[in-house]
Amino acid sequence: MTSPLPHQPQDTDQLLKTMADQYGYDFRDYAPASLNRRIRQHVEQHRFQNIGALNQAITDDTQAFANLLRSLSVPVTEMFRDPLFFHYLREQIIPWLATFPFIRIWHAGCATGEEAWSMAILLQQAGLLDRTQIYATDYNEEALATARSGIYSSGLLSLWERNYQDSGCTGKLADYCLQKYRSLRMSRELQKSIIFANHNLVTDSVFGEMHLILCRNVLIYFNRHLQDRVLKLFRESLHAGGRLCLGPRESMRFSSTAGDFDTLHDEWRVFRRKGGSQ
Amino acid sequence: MVKLLGDLSASYPLPILLVKHHSAREGQGTGKDMVSWLGSRIALDVQLADDKCLLSPGTVYVAPPDYHLLLNRDGSLSLSQDEPVIHARPSVDVLFESVADAAGSQATGIILTGASTDGAVGAQAIRRGDGQVMIQHPETAEVPVMPKAALKKGDSSEAMELECLTARLLDLARKEPGQ
Repeated sequence: MTSPLPHQPQDTDQLLKTMADQYGYDFRDYAPASLNRRIRQHVEQHRFQNIGALNQAITDDTQAFANLLRSLSVPVTEMFRDPLFFHYLREQIIPWLATFPFIRIWHAGCATGEEAWSMAILLQQAGLLDRTQIYATDYNEEALATARSGIYSSGLLSLWERNYQDSGCTGKLADYCLQKYRSLRMSRELQKSIIFANHNLVTDSVFGEMHLILCRNVLIYFNRHLQDRVLKLFRESLHAGGRLCLGPRESMRFSSTAGDFDTLHDEWRVFRRKGGSQ
Repeated sequence: MVKLLGDLSASYPLPILLVKHHSAREGQGTGKDMVSWLGSRIALDVQLADDKCLLSPGTVYVAPPDYHLLLNRDGSLSLSQDEPVIHARPSVDVLFESVADAAGSQATGIILTGASTDGAVGAQAIRRGDGQVMIQHPETAEVPVMPKAALKKGDSSEAMELECLTARLLDLARKEPGQ
């Protein structure tokens, strides 16, 4: 086991500047503690002498940059992750969504897409999928490619099946996918309502008016300044009365936008954009 | 843990970050049970760590199950769901490395009983940053694996009885400027 490299703040700053200036990926407002850890791990795994050497490598070589980008964005998600949250969605949010003639939902930072597929299943069970558009976005093209294909390892199915049951859904998750060899493919029926697209919360802007935005366990990787920017973006993207779901340990209380939202459910960090219908 | 923290009064001037190993899928739920259990037994304020909250004195911040807990240099906490370290999330190594970065020589890391080697690498990071490491004596620990692993690269004087650990925590508070 290796000992961690000593921390080199100036070298890290220079590395982040190269990433922003040369490649347009700006990580300077990410939370430093978790970002430093990922950078350090990348330096160790790819056997760079130090962060300065990594900076030189990405300056000269786009492949070295692509490798670093992959290390900095590690997708973590599951189907029906936090089953009780999905239970809440089904019982409390979906009936409200049903009052609209057409429904728009945004999964911001969808990673490999499991949550968007889970949402599509809930909507189909409620008979709403035909009048819903789900936008699932991420900046990581590799993760998006997986999300779009809807193909996952079937080794995950037993865990996902348990999540599915715990969320109070009837039947089986397996009813919504096709199993072949060691993989499963999500039903094409669900796919018609989901658009997977590249969108970077750090640099990109509003692209539509949503009834519901889900952005769970994404803000934890940002510093307060960037969290504030993203929460403003969500505020501008939400229909009056629209719902915003953050991760269970993420908070809005440090943001200037907090006053524009009411808390609907504290444990699951569900908020309602003020104004308009309840 | 109660034995260690129970002698600290509510006016204790230092914040404490707490990582306890468990499996989120084995009934630990959201961590709130652990917070109320510990909170009802000690004088310090006990909270489940929220992302980006700023540290307050006399408060124990408990890492939520299934999240790593880290300290930023501005004194705010960060959570992450990066991969588990030695099967643990939260991980002591992750916490200690971030505290070593953020607090340098002002960092103190304490290792108690535990069944994995998590914490040994983090303790080394704290030592390299001139911070202090204190370890529950393996002979008095229920499960000695974790204290033993942390001691491997450390000095034997880092190992002590729980009572002694509490005394050292009280000493640290007296050294705190302005207190």
